[in-house]
Amino acid sequence: MSPISDDLAMERRGLAFRLRQSDMLHSFLRSKIAMLSALITLAAIIGATFAPWLAPHDPFDLASLSILDSQLPPLGMEGADPRYLLGTDDQGRDVFSGILYGARISLAVGFVSVLLAAVVGVLLGLVAGYVGGRTDAIIMRIAEVQLTFPAILIALLIDGVARAVFGNLDRERYAFWILVLSIALSFWVQFARTVRGSTLVERNKEYVQAARLIGIPPFLIMIRHVLPNVIGPVLVIATISLGLAIITEATLSFLGVGIPPTQPSLGTLVRIGNDFLFSGEWWIAMFPGFALAILVLAVNLLGDWLRDALNPKLR
Amino acid sequence: MLAFTIRRLLQAIGVMLVVALISFTLFRYVGDPVNQMVGLDTSLEQREALREQLGLNDPVLVQFARFVTRAAQLDFGTSYQFRQPVVDLIGRRLPATLELSLVSALLALLCGIPMGVYTGLNRDSLLSKLFLSISLLGISLPTFFIGILLIFLFSVTLQWLPSFGRGEVVDFGWWSTGLLTVSGLKALILPSITLGLFQMTLIMRLVRSEMLEVIRTDYIKFARARGLSQRSIHFRHALKNTLVPVITITGLQLGSIIAFAIITETVFQWPGMGLLFLQSVQNVDIPVMAAYLMLIAFLFVVINLIVDLLYFVVDPRLRVERASH
Repeated sequence: MSPISDDLAMERRGLAFRLRQSDMLHSFLRSKIAMLSALITLAAIIGATFAPWLAPHDPFDLASLSILDSQLPPLGMEGADPRYLLGTDDQGRDVFSGILYGARISLAVGFVSVLLAAVVGVLLGLVAGYVGGRTDAIIMRIAEVQLTFPAILIALLIDGVARAVFGNLDRERYAFWILVLSIALSFWVQFARTVRGSTLVERNKEYVQAARLIGIPPFLIMIRHVLPNVIGPVLVIATISLGLAIITEATLSFLGVGIPPTQPSLGTLVRIGNDFLFSGEWWIAMFPGFALAILVLAVNLLGDWLRDALNPKLR
Repeated sequence: MLAFTIRRLLQAIGVMLVVALISFTLFRYVGDPVNQMVGLDTSLEQREALREQLGLNDPVLVQFARFVTRAAQLDFGTSYQFRQPVVDLIGRRLPATLELSLVSALLALLCGIPMGVYTGLNRDSLLSKLFLSISLLGISLPTFFIGILLIFLFSVTLQWLPSFGRGEVVDFGWWSTGLLTVSGLKALILPSITLGLFQMTLIMRLVRSEMLEVIRTDYIKFARARGLSQRSIHFRHALKNTLVPVITITGLQLGSIIAFAIITETVFQWPGMGLLFLQSVQNVDIPVMAAYLMLIAFLFVVINLIVDLLYFVVDPRLRVERASH
């Protein structure tokens, strides 16, 4: 059988078979680190998504909070209460439940902002690479200027402007979207640059010329024909960006310019706990901090593995 | 080289103008400057008079030109929250931030380069694996959490080092330094580790991957064949050729260190510009925000320029190429 009909035969056997035969699955099953970090990431996503059902307490239900339960240490320490696995904070909120609800917000901000950054970045990268000329020059210039400013600085500036425009109360209502917007705004550049690079290569290939010859409009060529061939590295960048986006969100919330304390994310929880570090209640800050660190570490390791697995040169 | 320098200089001025435009837009259109200066009982006529007096009714281009001229003379107006000239506020806090940033950058370089060389040369040794694991942690742990961990360990539990402030400082004119007193140096340790750790891991990984590549090249094999000592090969021949990307990244990172100082300064209540900027964001103090933005952009541009020029010093090939044109 010729290699081409071989490919066709593979094509017909369906997705499940192709997945079973893929190098990626093989490399995934061989890498213990990749499997472990995928497991942690998955657990975090499930824990965050189903927080209202999984969490032993509802930290936002003020009626269930009692000041008598405040600042209880975690299990294993003297004075611990078996109802509170990781102890409670100054208002009697369960730290473990707080982490689950906090991870929900951290992950939500991370996913939405990376998605937004990816969509904007991929589209701009496609256009820049495919159209070229002045459009390309303008888009890439903006990207360069953007790249010189760290994400934190851009986000802080946007937050300052939002405060001036909306006023402090309204800002809290829009905090989620302001945060998403400011993180996405600093992360789109990576996507745009990578996609532009591969689009420049694809643009001159025969299938694109053929599509152009039979009169398919440029926009459709970009979306239907070029995009599927340049999307591979986007997945890697998205995973790496997710880790960075979660860190950025946590940092902004820690600085007090992110998610308001009424809906605490992991960063906000560390900020709250930081005030109690010196009076001995270390668990209020440490557990959310470690949860954050483990989550980001897992996502980063997954990104590292994905990059190596998708890059045949390194194998 | 002169033409190159001039071209880069023009580009730098271009970038500064764009940033000035953003700052100006912030200053002029986000939050009305007049509203911030007067009380609630000021009449409309008085407001209008003040508006005229401040030149806010002039054409936008004239206002922008005035903004740039004043900025060039370091006049950024008066802070809304402190009622003091912005320049004085920032000037007083500049030394603290610069000292912290430079010490962290130095720390990152002095630890990062040897660690990178070592892990590049001894790929499989146990110590290399330890360094690499630490570097992964350094990249994954958020800066603020590293700071909190260090405070918890060294200030709360062991009580060795102070957890906030600069300690005693010595004044030289407008510059105040904490480098000359014991308490100042002690106060500097934790913040500079916090700030420098991420850059250190970055430099280490960079040097490592560059070393791995260089060590495989023919001229290194040739140097071995000539019977040069290991030391001379590794440091004189190999390391030198990894320096171009290291200089680029370090230079660019120096800018982001100053920006990341915002986080470290918040954790350690370090009285620098970053803390001032954060307060100004929280209190919508637009003049301080605008001035800080301009200052950071200026630092970025200057650092970029220096990095570009350093290429010529480090990489002789560039000099030859330019000369032959």
